[in-house]
This record gives sequence, C-alpha cells and structure tokens, in this order.
Amino acid sequence: MESFLSRFKNSLVLITIVLVQAIGLAIQVQRPKEDAKTLGTDGQHTTLLRYWTVSLVTPFEKVIHWSSFDVWKVWSGYVGLRHAHQQNEQLELEIARLRQEQAAFAEDAAQGRRLQALLAFKQQYISQTVAAQVIGTSGVDSSRMLYLDKGSADGLKPDQAVITPDGVVGKLRDVFPHTAQLLLLNDATSGAGVVLESTRIRGILRGTANGRVQINNLTADSRIKPGEKVITSGGDQVFPRGLPVGVIESVAPDPQHQPYMAITIHTDANLSRLEEVLVITGTQATLPAAAEQDAALADAAAEENKRAADVIAEKLPSIGESGATGSTGSSGETGSTENSIRGVPGIPNSGLPKTVPVVHPDKYSPGAAPPAENLQPGGASAPQ
Amino acid sequence: MAEHSYTSRQEMDQYAFHTAVTLLVPLGSILLQAVLPKTFPVLAIFDLPLIVVIFFAVARRNPVAGTVTGTLVGVFQDGLTNHPFGVNGIAKGIVGYAAASIGFAVDVENIINRIALNFIFSLLQSGLLYLIARLLLGDPTVKLMPLHELLRAVCNAALSVPVFYALDRFKSRE
Repeated sequence: MESFLSRFKNSLVLITIVLVQAIGLAIQVQRPKEDAKTLGTDGQHTTLLRYWTVSLVTPFEKVIHWSSFDVWKVWSGYVGLRHAHQQNEQLELEIARLRQEQAAFAEDAAQGRRLQALLAFKQQYISQTVAAQVIGTSGVDSSRMLYLDKGSADGLKPDQAVITPDGVVGKLRDVFPHTAQLLLLNDATSGAGVVLESTRIRGILRGTANGRVQINNLTADSRIKPGEKVITSGGDQVFPRGLPVGVIESVAPDPQHQPYMAITIHTDANLSRLEEVLVITGTQATLPAAAEQDAALADAAAEENKRAADVIAEKLPSIGESGATGSTGSSGETGSTENSIRGVPGIPNSGLPKTVPVVHPDKYSPGAAPPAENLQPGGASAPQ
Repeated sequence: MAEHSYTSRQEMDQYAFHTAVTLLVPLGSILLQAVLPKTFPVLAIFDLPLIVVIFFAVARRNPVAGTVTGTLVGVFQDGLTNHPFGVNGIAKGIVGYAAASIGFAVDVENIINRIALNFIFSLLQSGLLYLIARLLLGDPTVKLMPLHELLRAVCNAALSVPVFYALDRFKSRE
C-alpha cells in the first residue's frame, strides 16, 4: 500500500486536486440558483472567497491607476492644451446648433409627456448617477468584466445599470465596500431588453463567446435592416427605457438556433476602451428638477422661435395677399382662412401654398385644361 | 532507497526559489494581466500567469509543486472573473503537472524547447477550458475558436522568451 502511494503520489495528488475542484464547481453551479434571491450571483462562501481575492488585488490596481492618471492629468493639463482654443470655438458652435435642435424637439417631448400622463404610462427617468473610474479588468479574455473604483460605500448595488454619454455599457455584478464589478454587455452571461427604434420590435440582447453583442430571439423580418438604432426597452428592470445601445451591424440566419436570426449590434459605447462610467443609482417617475428646468427653457425658446416666425410672416409681402386682392380664382376659396398656412391661403389639406395667378395664360397654365369628361379623342386639349 | 548523485540529471536541473519570489511573481503576473488590458486591450490575448506557472513547473521539476502552483494561480484568477472557482484552477493545475513531468525529459534551458513548451501548453489550456465549460459547466454557448487560440499560443510562446529569461535570475540550486 505504501509503495503504491509513493509510486503514484504525483498522479494521486493531481487527481485529488482536480476532483475537489470539480465537486466545488458542481456546488457553485447549483447554489446560485437556490440563493439567487438573497445572495446575488454567487453563494455566500464563494462571495467571501471572491471578496478576499478582489481585496488583495484592487488596492494595487488603484495605485497603478491613480499614478498613471496623475501623469496623464499633467500631460493633458499643460502639454495637451495646444488646440484648446479651436476646440472651444467648435464646441460653442455645436452648443448653438444643439440649442436650436433642443427647441425644435421640446414641443414634441412635451406632447409625448402629456400623452404618457394620459395613458398613465410609468416612465423612469434617471435621477441620480455616480461617476466611477475603471481601474482594472478580470485578466481573462473570456470574462468581460471590469473593476470600478467605487463600491457599496458610494451607494452602488448589484444589478445597477452602467452607462457612458455614448450609451449603455453593462451592469454591476458583485459590489464590495470600495470596489465593484462591471459586467460588460458583450460578456456571454450578460443580457438586456432592447427595442429597435423605428420598427419598435422588441428583443433580448446577449453577449457572445467571441465578445460580440447579438439579438438572437427574433425570427426573420424584412423590416429589420442594418443601420437601425437599438435602444433599451426598460423591460428588464435594470436599464431605464430609451437609452442608446447601438446600431444593427448585420442580420443573418443563426445556424444553431433556426428559425431565429443572429442580429449583430455595433455598440455606441466602445466597450474595450472604457475609462469613466456612470452608474445609475436612482430613477424616478417624473422628470428630475434640472431636466424639468431645461425642458421649460427649451419650451420657452420654441415659443419664442414660433412668435418670431409669425412676426416675419406678417411683415413680409406674402403670395397669399396678392391672391386675395387680385384674381379670386375659379373655386372662389381665396378668402377662406380654413386652409391657410400662417395667413397664406393654400391647397386644402396639402400644406402647400396656393399657386400665383399667371399673367399670360397658355395651354400649360394651371386650370387651362378642360375637365377630363369634356375631352374628345383627337380633339384639342386646351383652347388655342 | 534511491540516492541521487551530484551529477544526476534531476538534481542538476532542479531549482528552488526564494519564498518572496514564489509568492510575488505569480501575484505580480496576475496583477499585470488585470491592469494592462485596460490601457492596451490587445494584450488580453496573452496569459502571463500561465507562462509563470509553466516556468515554475519546469524549473522545480516537481509535479506536485507544479500542480499546486498551477491550481493556486488559476483559482486566484477565477476570483477576479465571473466564472465559478475552479475553471482556471483545474486547467492550470493540469498544465503545471504536465509541464513539471515533461521538464524531466526536455532540456528546458534551450530557447526552442521553451517556445515549443509554451505553445503546446497554451493550446492544452485552451482545450481544457473549453472542455470544462462544455462538460462540467454544461454551457452550450461556449465555442472553440481555433484560429484565436492558435494566435494566443503563438503570442504566449513569444512572450515566454523574455519572461523566462527575466525569471532565470531568481533561480537558485536546492
């Protein structure tokens, strides 16, 4: 017996260690299903072990991150300011353009909110966010997970949505006192409820083994085309509704899950180069105070623009006025205000202004041709 | 009882390491592997902890030590991922055992042998990780990407040359 153990000592040690880990794997795979509601993704003992591991590594990651961040801050604060003036001018122009756009959208948004209120639709607005820095990765490229420098002490909780100004990036997995794990959208275990912006088709977005993001629960539909925007649907109770996710990159049949399609999404946020992220720590059913103020400002700007347009329309000599004072036309509807566009009479229900009466009518002039029922085969189509 | 002469192959080529090196080098490799891909995402293809496991295994030439080193490094790596504990632990434990066993038969000081060993063990680890995910975890979404794994093996083999050279300085005779 002793000679057997000493002879096969190495192999026995290997088999024992592998067997223990295989049993451990089986326990871990079973336990989260039982404890999912109380403990999150891992079981209690596993969370503790993970906590120890993370606690050992993240202090070093923070030191490395902040030391490199300081170097970058010095560089960007002094050396990298060469083109700041030009960039500032460009940004001012951009802001002016965006203000105009905002005023144009304000009315539509207000109408949308009124309709939502009428339908008792429960919209969730982002009310509170926590900015966090990415300090490290999981170190294994099959696990697309990042580490943030904020944790439960800063108000973070598991399953909170994480975004950047570009779009959604993922959600929090395990949250430790001063660190949190960010599970990226392109991880194989990740998922989100999404809706295609123009067609309003709902789907479930998932990460793939090769780090791509796909919707693979939709059947073939001719309306789904590359280039269409994808936004969050809010149905997963993690990501608030309407956040940008990305655009459809390709649509192809999924050979493994017929008859479903593999709709590959190009994410708006660059998931492989994240530095700073926003964790959504609070949502509310009404617009936040700051957003309400912005909406009021935009409403006022839109109203101002509308009044300015009316004043200009009144002051300028209009084609409607000449029509009203001149020829009354055959239909006799010139004086009617029912079909007028800002005081200018137009073609009923078309949104187009009425044509100006011609000075020298010929056979091509509008109204010169007789009605179709009066036309004769081979006869003249208009008075010569 | 077998006695080793001073000139026996096993005794000549067996090395030991200072406790600090044994602890800090694997920890440092895991830390670098976690930090570098944040700034340079392309570096995620390397597996620095695997190279360190292979180095310690072939230098010590002790299959038990190789298995334990591989398992501990792998389990530590699992702690930083969203995988269950044991996925990398099993894979790296087997690699450590195999590397230490092969170290007896191969001249590990030769640069060609070092490149070949790292290339083969990188492929072995990829295969083991695939089998663990499919068979033990029952995850049908996991796919084996042969070209990607081949590229990873080439990258690890290339990186192993300077890493082995740097770690050679910490070797000492038992």
